[in-house]
Amino acid sequence: MRVAIVTFPGSNCDYDLYKCVQLVGGTPEFRWHRETALGEVDVVMLPGGFSYGDYLRAGAIATMSPIMDAVKEFARSGGPVLGICNGFQMLCECGLLPGALLRNRSLLFSSRDVRLRVENASSVFTQEYQVGQILRMPIAHAEGNFHADGETLDRLEGEGQVLFRYADAEGEVVDSANPNGSARSIAGIVNESGNVMGMMPHPERAVEPILGSVDGLGLFTALLSHFSPLGAA
Amino acid sequence: MTDRPDNTPSTTVSSVAPREGDPKITPELVEDHGLSPSEYELVLNILGREPTYTELGVFSAMWSEHCGYKNSKRLLSLLPTKAPWVIQGPGENAGVIDIGDGLALAFKIESHNHPSAVEPYQGAATGVGGILRDVFTMGARPIAILDSLRFGDLDSGRVRYLFSGVVKGVGDYGNCVGIPNIGGETFFDRGYEGNPIVNAMCLGLMKAKDLIKGEAEGVGNPLMAVGARTGRDGIHGATFASEELSDDSLAKRPQVQVGDPFTEKLLLEASLELIQSGHITGIQDMGAAGITSSASEMAGRSGNGVEIDMERVPVREPGMTPYEILLSESQERMLVVAKSGSANVVREILGKWELEAEEIGRVTDDGLFRVREGDRVVAEIPSLPLTEGCPTYEREGVESDEIRELRCADLTRFNEVDSDQSDAFLKLMSSPNIASKSWVYGQYDTTVRTGTAVRPGGDAGVVRLRGTQRAVAATTDCNGRYVYLNPRVGTIGAVAEAARNLVCVGALPTAVTNNLNFGNPLKPHIYYQFREAVLGMAEACKLFETPVTGGNVSFYNETEGVAIYPTPVIGMVGVVEDVDHITRHAFQDVGDTIILLGDNTDHLGASEYLYVMEDLVAGEPPSVDLLGERGLQHAVLGMTQQGLLHSAHDVSEGGLACALAESALGSGEHPLGIQVTLRDSLPTLPLLFGEAQGRVVVSCDARSVDEVLTLAKRHGVPGRAIGTVAPEDEGFRIDGRATTLEVDVKVLTDRFFGAIPNLMNGAGPS
Repeated sequence: MRVAIVTFPGSNCDYDLYKCVQLVGGTPEFRWHRETALGEVDVVMLPGGFSYGDYLRAGAIATMSPIMDAVKEFARSGGPVLGICNGFQMLCECGLLPGALLRNRSLLFSSRDVRLRVENASSVFTQEYQVGQILRMPIAHAEGNFHADGETLDRLEGEGQVLFRYADAEGEVVDSANPNGSARSIAGIVNESGNVMGMMPHPERAVEPILGSVDGLGLFTALLSHFSPLGAA
Repeated sequence: MTDRPDNTPSTTVSSVAPREGDPKITPELVEDHGLSPSEYELVLNILGREPTYTELGVFSAMWSEHCGYKNSKRLLSLLPTKAPWVIQGPGENAGVIDIGDGLALAFKIESHNHPSAVEPYQGAATGVGGILRDVFTMGARPIAILDSLRFGDLDSGRVRYLFSGVVKGVGDYGNCVGIPNIGGETFFDRGYEGNPIVNAMCLGLMKAKDLIKGEAEGVGNPLMAVGARTGRDGIHGATFASEELSDDSLAKRPQVQVGDPFTEKLLLEASLELIQSGHITGIQDMGAAGITSSASEMAGRSGNGVEIDMERVPVREPGMTPYEILLSESQERMLVVAKSGSANVVREILGKWELEAEEIGRVTDDGLFRVREGDRVVAEIPSLPLTEGCPTYEREGVESDEIRELRCADLTRFNEVDSDQSDAFLKLMSSPNIASKSWVYGQYDTTVRTGTAVRPGGDAGVVRLRGTQRAVAATTDCNGRYVYLNPRVGTIGAVAEAARNLVCVGALPTAVTNNLNFGNPLKPHIYYQFREAVLGMAEACKLFETPVTGGNVSFYNETEGVAIYPTPVIGMVGVVEDVDHITRHAFQDVGDTIILLGDNTDHLGASEYLYVMEDLVAGEPPSVDLLGERGLQHAVLGMTQQGLLHSAHDVSEGGLACALAESALGSGEHPLGIQVTLRDSLPTLPLLFGEAQGRVVVSCDARSVDEVLTLAKRHGVPGRAIGTVAPEDEGFRIDGRATTLEVDVKVLTDRFFGAIPNLMNGAGPS
């Protein structure tokens, strides 16, 4: 699996993602935001961080970067695109995903471990999880409050586009487990065609026991097995 | 008594005509620039003539307390600074130690107290920015931040404003640059009411061979201003940091710099790329006193001279005078010495990161710090006397009678209290000094860079080192109340606690960076505190073999003439040989045996109990038996290395009862109960809440108890099993001879984790 990790000025999870892709046996390659082509890759990942310092709006300026035309084209042709944290914000900003990410309900940056309940395990990103499985991983953001109009939310739910919801340790989706005020506790979604995914929590920070959780691994191994099926690596 | 180094200029200084519009040099103007008459005499000697206004500004900044260390330098020379593993001691941007596997750790702590007192958000943010630059200018990539904060009591609206602003500032800056915060401390006491303490520490990792210094090497090499443009912010910040605060200080908000962490992130990447490229010979942050200090210090260290042209410095606004450009403390700027012919490559690298690099001067061989404005010279000063010739002083030091009386207060009446202490215990657990600080570090990214093995909230933060089995640990410690009541004993305690925190996570204490926060050193009772603290630190650092590789002195922390508690913050780093040795403070398993290492005593002086329950800051602070402490630390480290322990936690503020509770509650995710029996024949209050040093609470599987106790004995450390870890629903219970403490774990959890959010009106990062 060849993965293009797009780095913008201010990205700061690019290296973490790079190491994570390596860890699962993929081949990561950095793409600088000024480049115009992605090259021969299987997956595109937009890392977390503060592209352009979150100036204007988180993720907004990054969507004007030259590379983004190539990313959109890649997505339109069905290539899998994963945006984490700031990457999720960019995907919403450039219209590849519906909705927007507002300031956290607390109005403060929030950094801690959260629990996610898997809502749909049939996407290419979540196929190694079980529906209802509880995952633990960190969040670290100030603008993670997912927002969309009621109709859009209903459609997302109806089409199985909600992949993860914030939940408590028992898997109950309760308000006290919602760290940022996200509508319907939504933590991660996928587009209609199922190839563009965005999520606020950081799966790449939950891939080794020393980091406190390995629950994020499944996301990356799922992509890997999709592109490098056993025996065809 | 004044020490006058040989200030005879090595080169003749030319006469420099005053610039049009410059004010006339008068005794008042000299005084406004913070120079004493005798210091001004020295300036006249060095120059052999009257200084220009620009030159006066330069001397004012370089000979300020902040840059010149004039009241601290002599005592600081008593600190141990050498060890085989020290690669770079004091005097550079940051200290550097060898941590094995060809790797080196650069680290330093710095204060931003004065700016934070008048503009908490920007003051704290730029404090973080400055310390990051100090580390990456050594060629190291920052891998962790710690913050050591002190405020007045949270019942004051102004304190809440300062507290929330500082935390947001520390968080926003580090979060944006993408450096995890792994620990620190937050302390509240009315002793810091008007003058908060904001100290930020940074750790950076590099290959030992990549070390680069802030030296202006190679005559003729171009000097380049890199990064952000120079504006009018922060002019005279170094001098402002060398004065007491007063009502007028709020008017000095424009002297506080404004931070831009996005530019910092670009500058970080660009600087590391520059250093790797081999096209530069020196690099230094334009920190306090801006271009003036960076250019003159780089010249001073190499013995060369520098010449810079103010007309070539990229500025934000037109009409800036050389005086303003030289003294601006605009953030996110660097001074780089490029190799001859490499200026274009430097520009290209900076361009990739969308930053500017402008050639503003060159290295010369005449030993002079020369400033031009186009064709004309506006300042010409011998570099070495400017950077090293600041007169240093040893002041008179006398203990304050008032504080001596507080220390000698009779506390025996507290020995007769035997009643139920459950209420007092809950009050202590909700004191902001003991309660969980998750409100603070919940606003800091603690996991970015995927290296954090122990996050904030434990005894020390730990970052694993990729590609090796090792990890580094770091902590900051100081109980200002102890130091206030007895500066020497309190400072020894700070060093001991820092080292104890490190062994608790499984790290060997290795080196220290210090941040000495004190009042006005010209006052004899403040100088007494400073001297005693430095002596105590020297003694303890020698014994623990933790040399001091640098740090920062912040004097004049006074508001309306009242000084803060003397607060010599110890930032200590340690090395974990194998990540498998990493130990955390939380109890792990029901049924585990709880062991107390070290002795309980009848000591209650200077305790959090007295502050919270009796509104009293009095008594002798707990003393440290240095040899016993060393034995304890070797024992605990040995236990972690042999994998015997399930948890280790040092006993500090709030005493044994609070330490046990902290281990029982952990991060709050899986709180546990305890059943502990203490058979000591000691009065109840000191037994539960006394803060006697040299104690660690560990837990282990019942089968490992003998081994743990044997190891303790071998190091001469008293140790005994005191109880077991119980399920949450069985409660938190300590039985003493004359008292029983029994509290519901849910209540304890609510108090411990809810205290600070409640005081902040429920506003929290969730």
